[in-house]
Amino acid sequence: MIADLVIALVFIGYAISVLMGFGTILTWVERKQAAVMSDRIGANRAYIRIPGTKVKLVWWGLFHGMADGLKMLLKEDFKPRTYDWYAYAVAPWVVFTPVLLVFAVIPFGGALTPAKLWAPLAGFFGEKSWPMQIATLDAGILIVFAFSGLTIIGAMLAGWSSSNKFSLLGALRAGSQMISYELVLALTVLGLILIFGTVNLDTIVRMQSGTVLGFLPAWGIVYQPFAAILFLAAAIAENKRIPFDLPEAESELIAGYFTEYSAMKMGLFMFAEFIEIAIVGALFTTLFLGGYNLPFMTDAGFAFPGGGTVAMPHGAVVVTQLAVFLLKVFIVCSFQILIRWTLPRFRYDQVLTFAWKFMFPLALANLCVTAVAVWALRA
Amino acid sequence: MSRKPHVRKQYWNEAEMGLWERSYLPEILRGLFITGGVFLRNMAKWMTGRKGALTTYYPEETRWDYAAANRGKHVLTRRPDGSPQCIACNMCATVCPAKVIEIEAGFDPADTAHPKFPVRFEIDYSRCVFCGLCVEACPEDAIRMAKEVPDLPSDDRRTMWLAKEELLQWQPQGDVAKPYPPAPPGAGKADRS
Repeated sequence: MIADLVIALVFIGYAISVLMGFGTILTWVERKQAAVMSDRIGANRAYIRIPGTKVKLVWWGLFHGMADGLKMLLKEDFKPRTYDWYAYAVAPWVVFTPVLLVFAVIPFGGALTPAKLWAPLAGFFGEKSWPMQIATLDAGILIVFAFSGLTIIGAMLAGWSSSNKFSLLGALRAGSQMISYELVLALTVLGLILIFGTVNLDTIVRMQSGTVLGFLPAWGIVYQPFAAILFLAAAIAENKRIPFDLPEAESELIAGYFTEYSAMKMGLFMFAEFIEIAIVGALFTTLFLGGYNLPFMTDAGFAFPGGGTVAMPHGAVVVTQLAVFLLKVFIVCSFQILIRWTLPRFRYDQVLTFAWKFMFPLALANLCVTAVAVWALRA
Repeated sequence: MSRKPHVRKQYWNEAEMGLWERSYLPEILRGLFITGGVFLRNMAKWMTGRKGALTTYYPEETRWDYAAANRGKHVLTRRPDGSPQCIACNMCATVCPAKVIEIEAGFDPADTAHPKFPVRFEIDYSRCVFCGLCVEACPEDAIRMAKEVPDLPSDDRRTMWLAKEELLQWQPQGDVAKPYPPAPPGAGKADRS
């Protein structure tokens, strides 16, 4: 019982530090990647001076994230005279918290057996093994959709309570857009659920560690390449990023639903958005890119399609899985940033047309084809 | 009241999109390959220690290709004996639209040709707009603008004031109209002819 608690606390600490780390690093990655993509240098002026010397540590502008955070904390927290200050104050948290909660069901590593890591730990933990996941819930994906749906409420609250027309317009756009795309998002995942026969994310990842046709890794993207593209597009739209950033389109709505927010409240919105990039990356990795496993890798080690196997010690497996998961998430995040700095923004009517007349039928068609294929193969 | 229905204007260069373009994905992928290619190319340059950007790190690096007519930092010219050419007539300070030039005149009875000379001549570069009117206004060719702008940026606005000594003594490259450093007093006339 105590051992369970300790393990849970360790996992929670790990998950929160990973998310916060991603949130901070991604602000830097976004700037720097955009700069490199457009022949610029990018953020490079924030520095830390070693006290007493003239040595300035610039580190490729990594301190800009810290400078931003400090600026947001120290700025004046401007409050509009609004009729609903409670909703106004609570909205950033309603956006921020569900984003963190989504990560609870995402497995970031295989099974962890502390006794195998280091023998003396067996006295406390016994021989038990825990899946590296905060909440091992059978409802996996459903929880993800339930929590990410809550974000809409925060955006709507922020827009309604700001008593500002731009905010209200932004909130309406956010509401309609996010609800539309959430439908597409769920439909694209449904095909995967049909194939794997479960919504438990840990089981889904385990089922992806085999092979298809003898040589391809059995990743979701191999089974459902089309759904993977639709999922990524819908997830970016769900995250309200360019090309779908209509709710906060600067040229039209100033900052959309968080126009009236300043200081750290605004920082929370931004931070939630950046963490959501990482969450989308983690979801995409888990569902379509084989989660924490390298190709042909299981909790025991590698099993290559030629028949060769490489057994690995437990510690090496755990470290590899954690690192591989982070790497995959980072690559997907970087790809999202690439999309954000490549594509121009949709027009608002185009966004909803795109969702309902283009992606929704495609997702349905994908689902039908998958259902027929699964039925034919099972029969 | 009847309204005419809105008819969208057709432009002569209207983009024609076939099924290929309309299906979003191929064209998006093409765009991603372009930007991704630029990213990878620049990143490879950064990784191998070269510079993957066109930008100049301004205060640390300066461009070599300033135009010859660029209006940069001011130069106070000198007579061959080393004294400033300026006669403290205040023309530049009067014409200056940003009012950044401050001159305090002094009297030197020993020099009968130019008894007035600047005791203080200061320019506030935090407000200077680099319009070059001071150069135009000067009757004595005492102030010029070199094409370079070395060391102008600063974190502290009090260090943005540059005084006479600095403007007299910094030596821009390539200003050949006046000999720098000035020739010694005796050789003055012979040098100029």
